[in-house]
Amino acid sequence: MGDDGALKRDPILEMRGISKTFPGVRALDGVTFELFAGEIHALVGENGAGKSTLMKILGGVYPEHGGEIWIDGKPRQFQNVRDAERAGVAVVFQELSLVRELTVGENVFLGREPSRFGVIDWDRLFSQAAAFLCELGVDIDPRARVGSLGTGRQQMVEIAKALSHDARILVLDEPTAALTDVESEHLFTVLGSLRERDIGIIYISHRLKEILGISDRITVLRDGKTVDTAHAARMNEQRLIIQMVGREVSQLFPRTNRRVGDVAFETRHINVPDPARRERLLVHDVSFAIRKGEVLGIAGLMGAGRTELLTALFGASPTGFSGEVLLDGRPLQIRHPADAIARGIGLVTEDRKRSGLVLDETVLANMTLVALQRVSGAFVTDEAREIHASKPLFESLRIKASSLFSIARTLSGGTQQKVVLAKWLLNEAKVLFFDEPTRGIDVGAKAEIYQLIDRLAQSGAAILVVSSELPEVLGLSDRILVLRQGRIAGEFLRERATPEAVMTCAIGGNATAA
Amino acid sequence: MHTGASALPVNKRRSKFLSVDAIRSYSLVLAIAIVWIAFAAATDGIFLEPRNFSNLMRQTAVTGILSVGMVMVIVAAEIDLSVGSLIGLSGMAAVMMQTVAHAGFLPSLLVGLGVGLAVGALQGYLTAYARIPSFIVTLGGLLAWRGAAQGISGGNTYPIESSSFMSLGQSYASPTIGIVLLVGALAVIVCYVLRRRSVQRRLGIEVWTPTSAIFRVAIPALVIIGFVLMLNAYAGIPVPVLILAGIALGGSFLMSHTTFGRRLYAVGGNPEAAKYSGVNVRRQVLWAFCILGLLSGIAGCVYTARVGSAGPEAGTLLELDAIAACVIGGASLLGGRGTVWGACLGALFMASLDNGMSLKDVPDFVQNIVKGGILVLAVGLDALARQRD
Repeated sequence: MGDDGALKRDPILEMRGISKTFPGVRALDGVTFELFAGEIHALVGENGAGKSTLMKILGGVYPEHGGEIWIDGKPRQFQNVRDAERAGVAVVFQELSLVRELTVGENVFLGREPSRFGVIDWDRLFSQAAAFLCELGVDIDPRARVGSLGTGRQQMVEIAKALSHDARILVLDEPTAALTDVESEHLFTVLGSLRERDIGIIYISHRLKEILGISDRITVLRDGKTVDTAHAARMNEQRLIIQMVGREVSQLFPRTNRRVGDVAFETRHINVPDPARRERLLVHDVSFAIRKGEVLGIAGLMGAGRTELLTALFGASPTGFSGEVLLDGRPLQIRHPADAIARGIGLVTEDRKRSGLVLDETVLANMTLVALQRVSGAFVTDEAREIHASKPLFESLRIKASSLFSIARTLSGGTQQKVVLAKWLLNEAKVLFFDEPTRGIDVGAKAEIYQLIDRLAQSGAAILVVSSELPEVLGLSDRILVLRQGRIAGEFLRERATPEAVMTCAIGGNATAA
Repeated sequence: MHTGASALPVNKRRSKFLSVDAIRSYSLVLAIAIVWIAFAAATDGIFLEPRNFSNLMRQTAVTGILSVGMVMVIVAAEIDLSVGSLIGLSGMAAVMMQTVAHAGFLPSLLVGLGVGLAVGALQGYLTAYARIPSFIVTLGGLLAWRGAAQGISGGNTYPIESSSFMSLGQSYASPTIGIVLLVGALAVIVCYVLRRRSVQRRLGIEVWTPTSAIFRVAIPALVIIGFVLMLNAYAGIPVPVLILAGIALGGSFLMSHTTFGRRLYAVGGNPEAAKYSGVNVRRQVLWAFCILGLLSGIAGCVYTARVGSAGPEAGTLLELDAIAACVIGGASLLGGRGTVWGACLGALFMASLDNGMSLKDVPDFVQNIVKGGILVLAVGLDALARQRD
């Protein structure tokens, strides 16, 4: 599929030595990337390798970064998304940025409606939108409301919108994640025709087969660095996986000997429907058991249904779930988080700012929110009792706040995460779910969280950890389940779990064990 | 793992005298003082004479009662536009019990409160469980309950028959009772501060210094003494003011010393986090509306009693006074922030403007423009202060 003719020209895009640091995290470290006109260049890497950050820099979302961006041989600096658009860069992010209540035509021309003296020329708007859609070879009515279209067609609208900006560099972030096979095939045809028109395409995906099939070249990122750029014809899945994960599991993880007891928490045939389309299952027939003192890890790619599984089991999914849940061998009905909490189950959510903390409240109020009646009073609260109950945890978790009365918003990510954890420890949770326990926190705090998880398991808690960071899952867990497209794709004991094997299983490559 | 932890000043409360919320409540007190002094100067002291002070307090009562409930709904990130109409309906229902059904004081009072509670529960249910935005539910209520009041009264005004009912709005607690209440309140304040200090010692947390403890006794004590003496100098504490004081105490306790209040702040501050912490978000919202409904019923009875009769247009636009009082008192319409005492001070501020401008015979239209302008100005200044913070 490679079109070597195109590669002999000068690149239309060169990114040189791109670096980006977030508080406590070095997301990109001297990344180099180039793109030719008429090329599909795939960008791969584990979750968190820096792909999205790199594309956000290219798209003008992060104006401050190290390194240079050259387009058509000229250096460019993007202060905002508009600048990038003017330079011919269009990014189609994973979450489509369309206004669902507006028509296709209005979306394509959002903010640049053809108009005269501020009066929109609707005929021109719809006919031009139709022309862009026609160029893509898709049959979409420009007067249709975007919300009424399926995901695949919405994506086409997004691409049409990009092309209407005269984009010559098109970035697609996980475009097939939400598409059916037929929709994906159609997308590839469209991308093929865009390549003919000399548009350079940067294609981010976890689906290695897909990438090997459609791209000309592949760049692998790992831990914010470029590992390799090579022609797709000279790559294969195995090599890509090794390049993606090839890294030492660091020494962050405590390995104490834990005594594993009876089964504490068990699920049988869990199905979780998609809130958007109920006939589709996000989690399909998942059964597992966790023993007391055991840490069970769940690995999988973005969109494999990990978070959905945890949220549903905790009773917080809008659609609920079907299947059985057993706690200490007895069946349990979970319809609301309160049901789970009453039985000693806790969930440290993926996004502590959105669903973990009341940011404008004090550390104390956040810590006691779950166990309020137990640590304070059935109806009348008693601050003295709350302080008495919280103080030991505040100290033993080493929560780095000036006092129990600090406001949660003012704390660092790692400290906030400890407050969330303290909330569950105060409630004496016996089964704890962790969803991305160390997202966005610095290395030091990470190590502390790992130690805490280990200590909890040691004290007999049953622990379930979902993480996008492979080393984290491998380092923490006694056993690892791999989810792929909502189903269990494999199970590994700690001793047998190599990064390559788990990643292969998650991607669904040839080497899959299950 | 444990070393070094003890070095942290675990229990140091954020310096309370400098927190944004504290500064804000001081600045509101300051604003009230400035308004009082200005009006006193403009009216040759009439504004601060015992007779007018008593009037001012009675005027504050109805808005104050409403704003205690309103602040709970606002903390939960909801709104209620129907309370003015609900005052009209509940007051009308209570009085018509007397004139039409010849019921006595208690049954008619209970009907008034019952109407308020039922309407609050209905609107709370529609908001929390039927998921209709509270703005819409209560905008509908604003029209519907006013219509209902006009309907049952046939557009007529009904005089109050029960003298006990009338006393809800017009009587005074005798100066002796005032003094007894004053002594009781002082005793409670002293006991509270002493008990807090002993708890602080027991837990080994930062103990209020003697100076700080004395201030914590002296400031509220002086305010209450001045307040009771001023009212006693005229006719004693007006019953509506006593009702407001009781409701404000209860409401403040509910908001800051019960699981209900704590969860309500969590629900308004971050409903998602509250849900994931096992809080029944919908039930909290329903309760907040029920409490506001009940308080609207009480306010309806007090308002009607003060006026002496129930008219179909009673309470018109009072919802806006109540919302303004909450917002001036520091509540955020985004939820999660606001206090009962702030709302009461806000109500006092609004009532002071009303009272003072009426004394000076400022035309109604000017009064409205001034009040509207001050509301926007107050919130604007606060937004500015928070940005800098």
